[in-house]
Amino acid sequence: MGSPKETPRKWGDSFATPPSFGDVVFDRVFRGVAYAFTVLTILVLAYIVFEIGGKALPAVKEYGMQLLSSSDWNVNRKVYGILPEIWGTLYSSLFALAVGGVFGVAIAIFLTQDFLPHKVEIVLKNIIEMLAAIPSVVYGLWGIFVLIPIIRPLADFLHEYLGWIPFFGTKLNGPGLFPASLVLSIMILPTVAAVSQDAFRAIPLKTKEAVYGMGTTRWEAILRVMLPTASGGIFGALVLGFGRALGETMALAMLVGNSNQISLSLFSPANTLAALLALNFPEAGPMEVQVLMFAAIVLLVITLVVNVIGQLIINFTRPGGAR
Amino acid sequence: MKYLSKLMAMLMLMALVFPAVSFADVSLVGSGASFPAPLYTTWFKTFSRENSGVQVSYQSKGSGAGIRDFQNHVVDFGASDAAMTPEEISKVAEGVQLLPMTAGEIVLTYNLEGVSDLKLPRDVYAGIFLGQITKWDDPAIVKANPGVKLPSENIVVVARADSSGTNFNFTQHLCAISKTFKDKVGFGKTVEWPLSQNLIKAPKNDGVAAAIKQTPGAIGYVEFGYAQMAKLPMASLQNKAGKFVAPGLKSGQAALANAVLPENMIVFITDPDGDGSYPMVTYTWMLFYKTYQDKEKVEWIHKLIDYCLYKGQAISDKAGYIPMPETVVKKVAAAAKNIK
Repeated sequence: MGSPKETPRKWGDSFATPPSFGDVVFDRVFRGVAYAFTVLTILVLAYIVFEIGGKALPAVKEYGMQLLSSSDWNVNRKVYGILPEIWGTLYSSLFALAVGGVFGVAIAIFLTQDFLPHKVEIVLKNIIEMLAAIPSVVYGLWGIFVLIPIIRPLADFLHEYLGWIPFFGTKLNGPGLFPASLVLSIMILPTVAAVSQDAFRAIPLKTKEAVYGMGTTRWEAILRVMLPTASGGIFGALVLGFGRALGETMALAMLVGNSNQISLSLFSPANTLAALLALNFPEAGPMEVQVLMFAAIVLLVITLVVNVIGQLIINFTRPGGAR
Repeated sequence: MKYLSKLMAMLMLMALVFPAVSFADVSLVGSGASFPAPLYTTWFKTFSRENSGVQVSYQSKGSGAGIRDFQNHVVDFGASDAAMTPEEISKVAEGVQLLPMTAGEIVLTYNLEGVSDLKLPRDVYAGIFLGQITKWDDPAIVKANPGVKLPSENIVVVARADSSGTNFNFTQHLCAISKTFKDKVGFGKTVEWPLSQNLIKAPKNDGVAAAIKQTPGAIGYVEFGYAQMAKLPMASLQNKAGKFVAPGLKSGQAALANAVLPENMIVFITDPDGDGSYPMVTYTWMLFYKTYQDKEKVEWIHKLIDYCLYKGQAISDKAGYIPMPETVVKKVAAAAKNIK
């Protein structure tokens, strides 16, 4: 039944030809370049750690673990400690993750589980991704001039009537942990929403058909099947969002109040590592620079640990993964 | 692929063309203090426009960064609110000529509904920043402001979060008027304020102004121009002579007139004499090397200094700075001759 043009071929005959000289060179060069860049990326990271670590070393020798445990920062008396900054960084990021994570995943469900016509979905998806394009400073200004006046009545109410809960223990003066974390949660929203959407879209159509074929309701399908199936990707989204929140600088520097204190209260001013670095570098003296380098290393380590933990979670929760 | 190669060709063409376009023969680059930056930028823009063949640019990075850039020779001149310490000067091989260029006032501004004219005695504002006075209806404040209705609110202090020359000058003044402050806090570009709960720190002058605007019951210190721009009320402060003086051009110049400029041009007016002097006035300096290699550059630098000292002073008033008294201008012009 073959077409008339087809001629019988002998065994071993082929249209394929051995790669030409050009092909070989191109292949080799491409491979070489790819390897070089891979190695370069790792080297750059190693170099950064080496450089910052080297500069931080004198401070570590001088102050030791006191840097991690002290909460004083007094350049005049040469006393440095970054505990409040570590606390503020983790607290604000976790709070932002809780808020941004819930909304992000909810948005992802809403946009992928056929609640809306496909065209509307795409429009909404793009609008949410636009949030990522807004510069940090703009978020900071928006936080100061719009968000703080809006949340003030709510914060006053919570402090007045629920002040016995440590989270609402102080009055919201203006800039503080709460407005900073809220802005932060908006900033990580696009990351969380986009990556979770990809996770939901990656669920094979067959799974979906099978679930609905069993006669589940939509909510049963989403909560019992879709969410668990996409959970690996969603965890990944949350980790990425958390990583972004940890390193966010300018909006936080403007909103967090930059006060070196450890407080459970959401309404009290706090400080974060990134804000500390950004605000103190330009005018820092020699010793202060070393301490700031140490703070940078701490931030790096926190981010690294978070990413590694996140990766592990993803590996263990992936269906058919290392279980 | 075709598209890519076209793009590459475009890029290469651009790379060839662009370096060939140079705008000015001489380019002077400066960096440093943010406090006088609005004024400096105006000056330099006008100067560059009025004179062909020169381009002056200024980066407002902060006094410390300005000094560092200056020491590392990455700029032609620096600028600093805290002048330079002898130790910092000794690190520059060519020698340093500091020139005061303008002066500014640090004002205490506040956010209290219905209060537009607040008077603060010396011990009171020192006490506020020491955390000893924490309520707006504290008897000491009430006593100084008869007839003003003060709320029973907490005083929220807004301080600078970044290290800055403004901090330096403000704390130096507080040290001069309060021994407790000197012993407990000291002065510097950053200090540890002895307040915890009701302290907010915001970056830069504009950040502090914005935070005060958004926080009922707040008080903070900013440069005069920024408070004016943000339309914030400014407190009248009690000076060394015991009089309450509002910040402004006249009181600022009175304070400058009472300070003597020494040979090295560095003077901090921590607590000026005189009935009409506003207590917190500070010079801000430009930093020049004593010798430059490039003769053409030196010529332009002298022209620039002349411009700033004479024509420039006339604009500084409008921008919220204090024009330097004529005697000071003469002294600075004489000192500028050291730059070769």
